[in-house]
Amino acid sequence: MTLTLPIFMDYHSTTPVDPRVLEAMLPYFTTAFGNAASRNHSFGWHAEEASELGREQVGALVGASAKEMVWTSGATEAINLALKGAAEFYKEKGNHLITGQTEHKATLDTCKRLEKMGCTVTYLPVDKEGIIHPEQVREAMTDKTILVALMLANNEIGTIHPVKEIGAVVKAKGALFFVDAVQGAGKIPFDVQDCGVDIAAVSAHKMYGPKGIGALYVRRKPRVRLVGQIDGGGHERGMRSGTLNVPGIVGFGKAAELCRNEMVAEAKRIGDLRDKLESKLFAALPEIYINGSRDHRLPGNSNISFAYVEGEGLMMAMKDVAVSSGSACTSASLEPSYVLRALGIGEELAHTSIRFGLGRFNTDEEVDYVAQHVIDSVNRLRELSPLWEMAQEGIDLKSIQWAQGAH
Amino acid sequence: MAYSEKVLEHYEKPRNVGSLDKHDETVGTGLVGAPACGDVMKLQIRVEDGVIRDAKFKTFGCGSAIASSSLVTEWVKGMTIDQAMELKNSQIAEELNLPPVKIHCSVLAEDAIKAAIADYKAKRNK
Repeated sequence: MTLTLPIFMDYHSTTPVDPRVLEAMLPYFTTAFGNAASRNHSFGWHAEEASELGREQVGALVGASAKEMVWTSGATEAINLALKGAAEFYKEKGNHLITGQTEHKATLDTCKRLEKMGCTVTYLPVDKEGIIHPEQVREAMTDKTILVALMLANNEIGTIHPVKEIGAVVKAKGALFFVDAVQGAGKIPFDVQDCGVDIAAVSAHKMYGPKGIGALYVRRKPRVRLVGQIDGGGHERGMRSGTLNVPGIVGFGKAAELCRNEMVAEAKRIGDLRDKLESKLFAALPEIYINGSRDHRLPGNSNISFAYVEGEGLMMAMKDVAVSSGSACTSASLEPSYVLRALGIGEELAHTSIRFGLGRFNTDEEVDYVAQHVIDSVNRLRELSPLWEMAQEGIDLKSIQWAQGAH
Repeated sequence: MAYSEKVLEHYEKPRNVGSLDKHDETVGTGLVGAPACGDVMKLQIRVEDGVIRDAKFKTFGCGSAIASSSLVTEWVKGMTIDQAMELKNSQIAEELNLPPVKIHCSVLAEDAIKAAIADYKAKRNK
């Protein structure tokens, strides 16, 4: 097989639409273009049928019924609806929320907004593998706690939380459990019944579906109530007004069905590719470190710090390979990844991290190419690195008085 | 964010990578930045009769940081110490078309040459 450049190995950021998904979607742009809310003609009925099939397919992926799925524009909106909608509806019951320090910004920034509106939020720390333990949740809960919001799997380090055990704790204390399943759903088994989840957010474009469509699972029995955040028309049982994105829904449904059918084999194949990448890198390069958990992480995730080589500089060296970095230089703030910092990783190592995200269309040849490219680039940049030189001379970098906060 | 062609050019083919003997009386060494900030530059100059005859660098940092230090070593060779002291980060930023978020890379390069000169002068005054 010939290699096509550039190689995409950033599947946590987004995924290409699977050709089978695209094929399912196409008629809904042209011939079957009806508005699912049109009750009086066949165009509308057809669109509504397609939307309901999508609900079944996406619901089935997470163990929910079709009636429990609310369509949104994506996971960010779904998370906003879950947190703001629950905080508003249950404000008489309490005003305390619990989340984690390594959650996605969609959750953290929404929590900050809720704090300004009078809620109190506990941000639980994680252990060095990025895991939050059920006892932490139990200890943090008060009689004012209305919602616990945690992710199934982390977007940077791939760490998988023990959501089933946490769900049991949350239920015992009588609060709602919201799971941001964006990175985990479709990649690893996740069942809202099994895990005692009340609300869950998922996104199509992380699982080989199109961008612009997400869904929120909202439990019906016992019923969970959310105050809609977008008014007009009363679609989606009043929780999310707006004309349905039917082609997106059809694509999301098909993508979820494919993930559900192929999950076991795909997780094995991608996990093997990831392991091969890591074993090649570790065989060739000293002083590299896996960030997060080796045992509890997504099969396609590999987040590695390459000591003495700055992450953005390394990405620039591998311009034929699309990956991402926790380095500060990729953000305007000049702060390295808050997720890596939460693990207790020093800033100097956080700056050297690269996130590899492997997925459905990566091949064995691509892994070989990327591994060699990374090895060559790290070796070249270490030759350029004063820190590598000092380390080789046996100088303890911590013994040096660096001009901290120079910029 | 796309890199300017000049940054790419210096990054791909950095000039004057390496080290001079830091114990040599004619060599000044500047080490600026911090690993925790994601940028460290080591810039060294060899001075004869007040003129910078050689310059070497090693940089831990992003492409713009590597390019800034590479450019400075190129510029200062042949300059007198006083001329090199006059180098401004804005000249580096302009030459490399650095975007605002990368201006600190040029500041660091200016700091590095000043630190190297200060080290050289300190050695001479011993």
